[in-house]
Amino acid sequence: MLADLSVSLWRGGKDGRYETYRVPRRESQTVLDVVTFVQRHIDPTLSYRFACRVGVCGSCAMTVNGKPRWTCRTHVAKVADSGHLEIGPLENLPVIKDLATDMEPFFEKWQKAQGVFAPSKTRHDEIEQIRPDSPARRLADAAIECINCGVCYAACDTVRWNQDYFGPAALTRAWTLLNDERDAGGTARLQAVAGAGGCHACHSHQSCQELCPQALNPTAAIAGLKRRTTAAYLKGEIKA
Amino acid sequence: MNVRLYVWQRATAAVMAPLVLLHIAVIFYATRKGMTAADILSRTQGSIIWATYYGLFVAAASIHASIGVRNVLTEWSPLTDRRAGLFAVAFGLLLAVIGARAVFAVVLP
Repeated sequence: MLADLSVSLWRGGKDGRYETYRVPRRESQTVLDVVTFVQRHIDPTLSYRFACRVGVCGSCAMTVNGKPRWTCRTHVAKVADSGHLEIGPLENLPVIKDLATDMEPFFEKWQKAQGVFAPSKTRHDEIEQIRPDSPARRLADAAIECINCGVCYAACDTVRWNQDYFGPAALTRAWTLLNDERDAGGTARLQAVAGAGGCHACHSHQSCQELCPQALNPTAAIAGLKRRTTAAYLKGEIKA
Repeated sequence: MNVRLYVWQRATAAVMAPLVLLHIAVIFYATRKGMTAADILSRTQGSIIWATYYGLFVAAASIHASIGVRNVLTEWSPLTDRRAGLFAVAFGLLLAVIGARAVFAVVLP
């Protein structure tokens, strides 16, 4: 028989507080299981966000014992050595209520970083053949599995200090599209990420790649953007 | 920081890297040889090479440090980007003036 867990959950909005609950400990229990237990058995007014429960949708990220994590794939055994869990909303985003944050600034910055695919062909053109082993495609594939969970954004010190900074996810998306041979938005995208909130604000602290649940490396993507924008600037293709 | 400031900061760092190494070597040389202020001044006064060397050092350091200070201010102070930029320019000019004064003091005959 496993001992109960002591779980502190953030309750309320920005000026809320942690409240502590006792939750039965189970084998193979995830942090999301713990939050769900509280909502279903102790306090149905608890607000949190999840969808797929299998690490695909990117909805359930929260701050777990001080670090942002995808809660559906984070086992309690991995993070609660002392038998205590402190679960809060993601950092660097406005709190709506309890464990749910407003993701709007996160996705607005994707738009600012031109994180939307710009087609270079129409439906009437032939389908372009892309070699999966081409260097550009390998770079694009390296970060294609981003699930937009916001863990990197919450982990980033630069986002915390600089409200204009696009953050690791948006810049990684821009890097992926820049390396996508089918995309036509290259120069505009380089221009977008070369400005004040762009890649050059990154301090390379690497919290993003340390905590990315998909084991992506946004720091490397941002370093790529720094090189690519610098070359474009020196060639006169983009302006400061 | 935008790409222009990034390029200037990296370029001035690249300029300073060898200058710093040579500067440290000069310090070691002067102290191990037990050179006096008069010995040093006799080598630097009227020297275009030392004037160029330390003049370039002061210019690079002023630009590099002021961009860094601007970044610190934009991230850590409540100043707007524009005000942080103005402060950084003033700081860079101050460094340039102080540095140039020191260079002139050792190279002017």
